[in-house]
Amino acid sequence: MTESPATKPADGEARPRVKNGLKPERNGLVKSLRRCHERQPKRHCHPEEEEVHAAALNGGLYNRPFLESFEETPMLVAVLTYMGYGILTVFGYLRDFLRHWKIERCHIAREKEEQKDFVPLYQDFENFYTRNLYMRIRDNWNRPICSVPGAKVDVIERASSDYNWTFNYTGRVVQEVINLGSYNYLGFAENTGPCATSAAEVTAKYGVGVASTRQEIGNLDGHEEMEKLVAKFLGVESAMAFGMGFATNSMNIPALAGKGCLILSDELNHASLVLGVRLSGSTIRVFKHNNMQNLEKLLREAIVHGQPRTHRPWKKILIVVEGIYSMEGSVVRLPEVIALKKRYRAYLYLDEAHSIGALGPRGRGVIDYFGLDPCDVDVMMGTFTKSFGAAGGYIAGKRELIEYLRSHSHSAVYATSMSPPVVEQIITSMKCIMGEDGTTIGLKRVQQLAGNVVYFRKRLQEMGFIIYGNEDSPVVPMMLYMPAKIGAFGREMLKRNIGVVVVGFPATPIIESRARFCISAAHTRDVLDRALSVISEVGDLLQLKYSRHKIHPSLTRTCTRTSTTDEPLLS
Amino acid sequence: MTSQFKIATFYLYRMRQSWTTYLKELLEIVHYFYFAPAYHLILEGILILWIIRLLFSKTYKLHETYKLTEKEKEDLIEEWQPDPLVPPVSKDHPSLSYDVVTGHKITINGKECINFASFNFLGLLDNERVKQKALASLKKYGVGTCGPRGFYGTFDVHLELESRLAKFMKTEEAIIYSYGFATIASAIPAYSKRGDIIFVDEAACFSIQKGLQASRSFIKYFKHNDMEDLERMLKEQELEDQKNPRKARVTRKFIVVEGLYINTADICPLPELVTLKYKYKVRIFLEESMSFGVLGEHGRGVTEHFGVNIDDIDLISANMENAVASIGGFCCGRSFVIDHQRLSGQGYCFSASLPPMLAAAAIEALNIMEEDPEIFTVLRGKCKHVHKALQGIPGLKLVGVQSAPALHLQLERSSGSRDSDMQLLRTIVEYCLERRVALTLARYLEKEERFLPSPSIRVVVTVEQTEEDVHNAVSCIQEAASAVLK
Repeated sequence: MTESPATKPADGEARPRVKNGLKPERNGLVKSLRRCHERQPKRHCHPEEEEVHAAALNGGLYNRPFLESFEETPMLVAVLTYMGYGILTVFGYLRDFLRHWKIERCHIAREKEEQKDFVPLYQDFENFYTRNLYMRIRDNWNRPICSVPGAKVDVIERASSDYNWTFNYTGRVVQEVINLGSYNYLGFAENTGPCATSAAEVTAKYGVGVASTRQEIGNLDGHEEMEKLVAKFLGVESAMAFGMGFATNSMNIPALAGKGCLILSDELNHASLVLGVRLSGSTIRVFKHNNMQNLEKLLREAIVHGQPRTHRPWKKILIVVEGIYSMEGSVVRLPEVIALKKRYRAYLYLDEAHSIGALGPRGRGVIDYFGLDPCDVDVMMGTFTKSFGAAGGYIAGKRELIEYLRSHSHSAVYATSMSPPVVEQIITSMKCIMGEDGTTIGLKRVQQLAGNVVYFRKRLQEMGFIIYGNEDSPVVPMMLYMPAKIGAFGREMLKRNIGVVVVGFPATPIIESRARFCISAAHTRDVLDRALSVISEVGDLLQLKYSRHKIHPSLTRTCTRTSTTDEPLLS
Repeated sequence: MTSQFKIATFYLYRMRQSWTTYLKELLEIVHYFYFAPAYHLILEGILILWIIRLLFSKTYKLHETYKLTEKEKEDLIEEWQPDPLVPPVSKDHPSLSYDVVTGHKITINGKECINFASFNFLGLLDNERVKQKALASLKKYGVGTCGPRGFYGTFDVHLELESRLAKFMKTEEAIIYSYGFATIASAIPAYSKRGDIIFVDEAACFSIQKGLQASRSFIKYFKHNDMEDLERMLKEQELEDQKNPRKARVTRKFIVVEGLYINTADICPLPELVTLKYKYKVRIFLEESMSFGVLGEHGRGVTEHFGVNIDDIDLISANMENAVASIGGFCCGRSFVIDHQRLSGQGYCFSASLPPMLAAAAIEALNIMEEDPEIFTVLRGKCKHVHKALQGIPGLKLVGVQSAPALHLQLERSSGSRDSDMQLLRTIVEYCLERRVALTLARYLEKEERFLPSPSIRVVVTVEQTEEDVHNAVSCIQEAASAVLK
């Protein structure tokens, strides 16, 4: 809104612009790249002028508009949220006191009588949060389902007679719940169609298990075929697949970096990356989420100062980022990361767990989205769980990297190889996306997803919800803030036959509890409309429409974009 | 000068004064200051500020000792050359090209073989009933779950499998993981944290080692299956605890052992371990990937084998990739212990759940195991038979107890280096492969293992092998050994 008309793009689409959210510290642009390319000593230029430069320059890096918004938490909401937690904590202590004196019945499982004098297995405070906060709204998680996790899903009804300490199944099934929770981005979670058919054939031939490791005697022909296909799909030399996405990260990063290496990790990286980085024994430095200035500062400092104490140069520097961040819905600023990595000779580890298949005109992930060269990313990691409707993960890259992993990966040596029907599901779904099955079904799904995402996000913003993340990200976090609203939103939505995921602390910062919708290509416009009208209804009921940037549905999409970003970041 | 002298004398004088006159004197000091020369006060003021500055500034700042100019920084950045991302792998590294295996009357690189290498102890890999159940589940649920357990990734099949496993093992609760390797590796750090102490057998498998590393606890290795060594360490720890009881009250202690060691093919002395557990108040975690579905009358593993009350073991973990011939792993025990993993087991919370068809296959495998416990007797018989048949091969030494279904054949005399030992054993494996007996070398990451086991050939017993198969295999190995190890 502070923008002057002069800087407004003529049509919003054609001219590349880089825009940020309202929290400048969340996202930043590369300063020194500008410095070294531009060679303009004038630092105190006019804000508007500078923005033009930035747009032009980063336009060189970005081939499409990069719009992400993180609307600031309204002050009143923040205060009320803290109060909410305060009240919960006070009551938690009160009830713990009552439980201690046996006034209130205690449902917690007890230590075995003979082991009462052992050192307690859990610290008391460890479980305070679980006992007094999580337990109240526990019914919003682990909801059992009994159908394909497709666009609609059958949820098994649970009831609790003791305030969520135990659940019993009523025997009823809530049919046809609209599924906004599963990571079924391209809708390959199916029990019919070519994927299921070929998986069934493979099951009949091979069975489901392997009972050996890749290096010993568990390397099926299907594994080899799948890996070649993955490499082809990503446009790299070679690839290797692993049985579990989590373990792909946690067991392969230690093979890539070790003592004397530096890992620069985004603060919002997934637990598997954090674990892998820790297990590697390297020095770890964390940069602010998607903040390129911060990343560059750390890179410069690291190279200039070398290792702590000894000042020896680092053996290597590995930057670890994700394609789409699963809790923020943000897309990594990959063009800038690559520019930085090239300038400072660091290596780049890109986790595409959520973005592979779900981003880019051809569904090849975040590299495709920005139109970059896959060879610029040293380690491409991703999972098969989400877009491909299977299980496991892969690492892809240069031939030397994969050869090294084939001989040194923990998983290749010690873990049972992937189940044959799962492998088959990956092969068939990937071929479908690539169009190798001779149809355009895969491509249509990619387009359907992209259309759904833009539509869904736009509508939610129009309704006045605070939505985080990139406008093209299929992960759509909607802010709830207050702890009581987490449970209320989840329940009210299920009551209206919509399954959503709600998340609070510790998965998010304490005041930023949110609901997370995952959009799928399997959602039809009709399904989305129904979901949206219910979200709006529940949003009114629970007063969730926090956004102070009221957007009128009558405005075009271009205007919507510019008005969500309040102030130019670079000023 | 005079004022200062007066102040000093005043202080001396004051000591003899009573408290009642104290205030009055203080006023007098102020009075003297008032009359002191200005330069004096300024000087003293500066001195005081200087002292304050010294007090509050950091004594020594590393980065301030040198200041680099932008140019110097650019040069440093220009000069820095990183190591390659991965070191090159020699072209003839044995693990660069894996053997390609097809089907389950196993075909290796196009050659049909009798399988003595897959951990398919009960022969359920190719079982028709298991396949049918998996197919039915595939028809209902598709392949993937598209979510972790928390977010619509919990299927009714998972709940059924968990309750069936708990029932099978006669424990209160079970929890399933989607990857065998990650099971114990996630379970250990869910309980043991920084500062806690874990006593581990030296022969513990790699996934245990990873769990220990992730837990960041103090790790104490005791000699393999040596209870005296363990007790010595526990006693040492007890003395240590007496010295510092306050710390001991919050330091959790665990023993982590395997039921049937994959690396040494022998069984842990569980009854002794349980005695030690209560004597020294240490919890026991038991990894049963090799023994679940193998040992004991009903295949419940090493607890049943020894007749130990399963409640005395704090946590049992096993994978469903060997005897059960599916994918994934589970932990079982008392709810008090197991339930904690549902929020703290990283491999459980943050990973997509097990594909339902694999869970369904595991349920059917459990059905088969429950319906026909005879299968374990058959397996035991075969193990005994193979164990006996493999004795006395010249140049090779059999490692393992007779109830173990996965044995190791090691060289009797090492040829000097690990590489050449491996090469000798590989020649034997290839010789057998030529004659349609599929064996494999036990593979390890040589640099990563805490205690690297000696090179060996793995011989896996399954119920599917006939007496003739065993005879063939043994004579094959014998021929190979006499040809290779002259």
